[in-house]
Formats: sequence, C-alpha cells, structure tokens
Amino acid sequence: MTMTAEPTPATAPEAPSTTGVLDRVLKVRELAIAAVLVLMLTATQLDNSAFLSQQGIKDLLLNATILVLVAVGQAVVVITRNVDLSVGSVLGISAFAAGDLLHGGGNPVLAVLVAVALGAAFGVVNGLLVSLGQVPALVVTLGTLYIIRGLDSIWIGSRQITAADLPSGFTTFGHDGLGVVPYLALLTAVVLVAAAYFLRSYRSGRDLYALGSSPEAARLAGVPVRKRILGAYIVCGALAGLAGALYLARFGNVDSGTGNGYELTVVSAVVVGGVAFTGGSGSVYGAALGALLLTSINSVLPSIGVSSVWVQAIDGVLLLLAIAVDRVVALRVAGLLRKRAAQTRSAHHG
Amino acid sequence: MSLRTAPARRAAAAVVAVTALALTAAACGGTTKKSTDAANSSAPASSASANPSAASKKGLTIAYLPKQVNNPYFTISDNGGRKAVEALGEKYKEVGTNSGTDTAGQVSYVNTLTQQQVSAIAVSAQDPGALCTALNQARKNGVKVVTYDSDTNASCRDLFVSQASAEDLGRTEVQLMAKQIGGKGQIAILSAAQTATNQNTWIGYMKDELKKPEYKDIQLVKVAYGNDDAQTSFQQTQGLLQQYPNLKGIISPTTVGIKAAAQYLSGSRYKGKVQLTGLGTPNDMRAYVNNGTVQGFELWDPAKLGALAGYAAVALASGQITGAAGQSFTAGDLGSFTIGQDSVVVLGKPTVFDKSNIGQFNF
Repeated sequence: MTMTAEPTPATAPEAPSTTGVLDRVLKVRELAIAAVLVLMLTATQLDNSAFLSQQGIKDLLLNATILVLVAVGQAVVVITRNVDLSVGSVLGISAFAAGDLLHGGGNPVLAVLVAVALGAAFGVVNGLLVSLGQVPALVVTLGTLYIIRGLDSIWIGSRQITAADLPSGFTTFGHDGLGVVPYLALLTAVVLVAAAYFLRSYRSGRDLYALGSSPEAARLAGVPVRKRILGAYIVCGALAGLAGALYLARFGNVDSGTGNGYELTVVSAVVVGGVAFTGGSGSVYGAALGALLLTSINSVLPSIGVSSVWVQAIDGVLLLLAIAVDRVVALRVAGLLRKRAAQTRSAHHG
Repeated sequence: MSLRTAPARRAAAAVVAVTALALTAAACGGTTKKSTDAANSSAPASSASANPSAASKKGLTIAYLPKQVNNPYFTISDNGGRKAVEALGEKYKEVGTNSGTDTAGQVSYVNTLTQQQVSAIAVSAQDPGALCTALNQARKNGVKVVTYDSDTNASCRDLFVSQASAEDLGRTEVQLMAKQIGGKGQIAILSAAQTATNQNTWIGYMKDELKKPEYKDIQLVKVAYGNDDAQTSFQQTQGLLQQYPNLKGIISPTTVGIKAAAQYLSGSRYKGKVQLTGLGTPNDMRAYVNNGTVQGFELWDPAKLGALAGYAAVALASGQITGAAGQSFTAGDLGSFTIGQDSVVVLGKPTVFDKSNIGQFNF
C-alpha cells in the first residue's frame, strides 16, 4: 500500500497532502507497538526495580536479537505477498555448520560467513522454487522446511556442538558488549537500518512493495517479478543463516533439533509488527518491534512472577489484536486512497 | 530427552507395583511377583524357572529400541549396550524412530522385531501403556523384553533397568546444592515442563529432603519452568535472578535447563556468585565447570545403563533369570545385580561430576 504513495512516473501525479496523512496512518501502527512495549516495560520496572538494571537491559536486547534478525528477513518476503516457513530449519543447519567449523579450529569470522552463505544458498532454492514454480510459497517452503530438517538429521545425527567446542572469544562475543548494548544487538541494528533504508529508498526495494500490493500490476509495470522474489528469499535465507551463527554464540549449544518450530514465532513477530500477510504493507522496523515485544513478554512474566503458561495465550491475543488493527488501518487507507483518486480526477478535469 | 519422562514411567510402574502388592499380600509366601503380573494381565508367564548357573546361550540377537535414534543420550547408552552384548559374543542391533514422540512408530518396530524372532528387545518406552499389546505379543512368541531408561507398565516387560531411583536423584541434588552454598540461603528450581511427571517426582523428593533439620537455613523460593527450550530457560533464569536478588543457587534437574542456565550465568554478572547444579552431561557442562560457573552436577552414566540392559537381556534369554525379585545376575565388569521389587534393577547412585573428574568422561 505504501507503494502507491511513491508512484512511478506512469501513475497519477503526486498528491502531497494525502501522502502525508497516509504516512502518518502507517507510522501510527508502529508507534502503537512501541507504546505498548514502553508501557509494559515501565509497569514491570515499577513492580520490580531490578528489571531494567544494566544486566536486565542487556538481557532484553540479547533475547530479542536473534528473533529480530529472522523477522527482518521474513518481513522482506512477506511484503512481496509470500512467506518463508523454512527459516527455523535454515537457522538450525547454519548454526551447526558454523559450530562444526569452529569445532575444527576454524576462524570465527569465516564461520559466520559460512553460516550466512549456507542460509543464502537455501534462500536461492526457495526463491527459485517459488518464482519459477508458480506454486504457493506456503506449500513450497513447508516442503523445504521438512527437507532441510531431514538433511539436518542425516548430517548431524546425534552429534552436538557444546560450549566447550567453541573458542572462548566467540562465546564472549555472544554476551559482551559496549556498556549495556551487546555486540549482537549492534550487529542486528546495523542489519535492520540497512534493510529499512533499502526498502524505502531503492527502486528494487519499492518493487517488493509493488509486487505485494498487486503482482499483476507490478508485472505490467515492468517489475522483474522473478528476480525480485528470488532476491527477497536470498535476503531472508542469509539473515536466517546469520541468526544461526549468533544463536551459536549466544546459546553455545546446537544439535539437530535447534530452531525447531521457530518459523511460527517469526511469523507471529512479523504479523504483530504490522507487516500484513496480504503483502505490500508494513516495514522491517515494525517487524523488529514485533519481535522485541514478543520476546520481552517472555522476560516480563517471570520477572513479575507470573507463570509462563500464560505466555502463549498472550502471544495469541496480541496476534489477533494486531490483525484487527491492520484491518481497521487498511479500511482507512482505502478510504483515503479513494478520496485522493477523486481529487486527482477533478484536477485533471479542472 | 529421556530425563524428562523416565520417572513418569517409574511413577506409573510404582502404582502398578502397589496394586500388585496389595493383591499378593496374602500370598507372599510362595508366589513370585511375576506370576501375579501374569495372572493380572494375561501377559505370558515364562514357564521355565530360572537356572542361575546356566551358561549364556550363544548366537542370541539383542535388539535395542531407544525412544529416539540420533538422540545423543541414547546413542551413548546403546553403544554401551553394543559393547556389552558383543563382548558376550551375541549379536547387537538398534532400530527406532526419528522422533521421540512417535509412539505408533515404536509399536511397529516392536512388531517387526517380533517377526524377526530376535532373542530379546531392550526398549526405552515412549509411553507406559501404548506398547503393551505389542510387547506382550512379543513375549508370547518367546522374545524377552527389558525396558531401560523409561519403563512400560510392569505387566508388559520382564525386567526394568532403572538409571537411578527418583528418590536418590532428588535427594542427592539437594545435598550437592547445600554443599555448594554452604548450607544457607535462597534457592530455586529450574525444571522442564510443568507437566513433566518425572521432574515433579524428583522435585517432590527435593522438597522432602529440604525438610530435614540440617537444611533449615535453605529456603526454596520458586520452581520455574523452562520447557526444555534454550531461550525460555534463559529467560526463566533471568526472571528468577531479578525476582530474588539474594538467590544463592539454582537446581535444574533437566539436561537442557542446566546447560541453558549455565550458559546464561557464565555470560552474566552472576557468574560464580549464584551456584548451579542438577542433572547434566559432562560434554554439555565441561566449559562451565572449567570456567568456574558450575562447581559440580550429577548424572548416571548412560553407557553403563545400556550395558546393564544388555547383560540383563542376555541373562533373561539364557534362562539365568526370569525377572522375579531376589534373583541376581552378573553384568560383566559392572558387577552383580539383584532384581528388586516389581522386577526392577537399579544401576546405582548417580555419579557427581566436578573439575577433578570431568576430564575422564566423554558423553
């Protein structure tokens, strides 16, 4: 939907006033999540003053980093009206690949690059299957999810990487940082800003929104559909791979079950963050906020002494709320667009 | 993994045992436990009586059916079994499902092994009741059934090889923790799922142990549940430490929970200040013992558990034992074992791993 706010020359001329309103409506969506987050954290801090201690803030950021990375990648794919369910298994296999390399005495930087490259390679497979096969992404990536899990079991078997296999510098990188900001969070922030800038300011980034809003119109407007979808999946895979390497640094333990079921958490984060499943709207900042919100709930409940059995129910309520808000916003935006179209028409006639 | 559910089975077995005992109370004199079971459950009673001095038969096939293949814990334990079985000159094989919750898959493996006429099956059951029909079918066809790690109902197997008694595990963990915190202060427990029966049984014994006067200065402030997930266990540990700033120690009776808690502690300002113990494997915990996060933890040796199951299976198939209480058999270099109440053989007290001995273990 934001796509229409930044038209290619072929479409209607600019209408600055309504564009401003549109932008504001969409920003409100992200502000709302941020407000909920701030409210929740403040309330917890009032209840338990140890919550936002130096260690507490560091933990909150560390808890969110891995999910944020994968959610950013997933958001890029969801914006194109597709989905990548294989991220959990890609994360697991990349984490093991990096661990295997480090276990053999490899260079940590190389290990991270290997994880990213492996993730990107699976992204290529997903992207080709979805774009060439013209098969629904849900089904294709469900298939690759199982295939990669299978490869995982065959390759890894009962082996596991434990903290003792990793160089101490690598695990230190997983929990140290500059003051209260962990290195992992810095890295994630860089990725987040870069992805957001790309989606906002590059033609190919805008193409992704066009594709998600209306695949047919995008194709007619000359958007290279297959190339863009392939690109989105590669980004998503590479970020899942990077997340795998960071998982290894943070948890220091990987086996063939790592990342099991993670895809659903990622999809919830993206949807709570306001990236619509119908494609074409939302931002990676929203997805990142959604991920931060979901992981923070898991930290807030134990901190105030509430049983963790409530976590899933709360996540579910948030999901439904997010979808409801999205629906309202979508109706409003549609209304605004109609108004603008009417204005444009009268401008032409006048 | 196995730690999560084993005592669930044991608890179930205990219930069965109590019932069986009540039924046999009048007939303690002559009736063995085994024949009562057979009478109660239509399970086939082995007609042959035990001959402890019989030689081990040669050319037996002992099949291992773990809860899950490719699971590091069962790989170690089954390899221990392989060594024992092959040392006796018998044939070893291992089959099983890829998922630890595929009970239907386990049932069909039991049926296949029965058709293949193996001499004995050593099985770690995914469910105490679901395998019963298939296992009793196998026993009718002359296949001996030994359960290890996770038991079935007592009427569906000849013998259960237990890793350690739930009571020993619960009490020794409290003893370890008390030693590490100097017998004083607040402690918490980080468990797996709230519904994990084995965890709850152990925690029950921990609470009971804490009632003893020597632990009067130790307060158990909370039991948290990490669901055996790394991230959840991390966050539950963080919550415990934030909620109880004076917390002195955490007991985590789950291998997934303890390594997650150790990884978190080792990277936080609580390292070395908050003690951690529980059930863990030496490979998982090596780094944390060496860097001073963890002083000591405990577990049984899964390789010995698998080996004991192998020796028991061979002894059963050779007719040296029938599984009745009071019979004993030799298990290679593990020594001699006597079958206890309800056809259970216990491996022994858990081993404590610390800086001084962790280097000798690789599992």
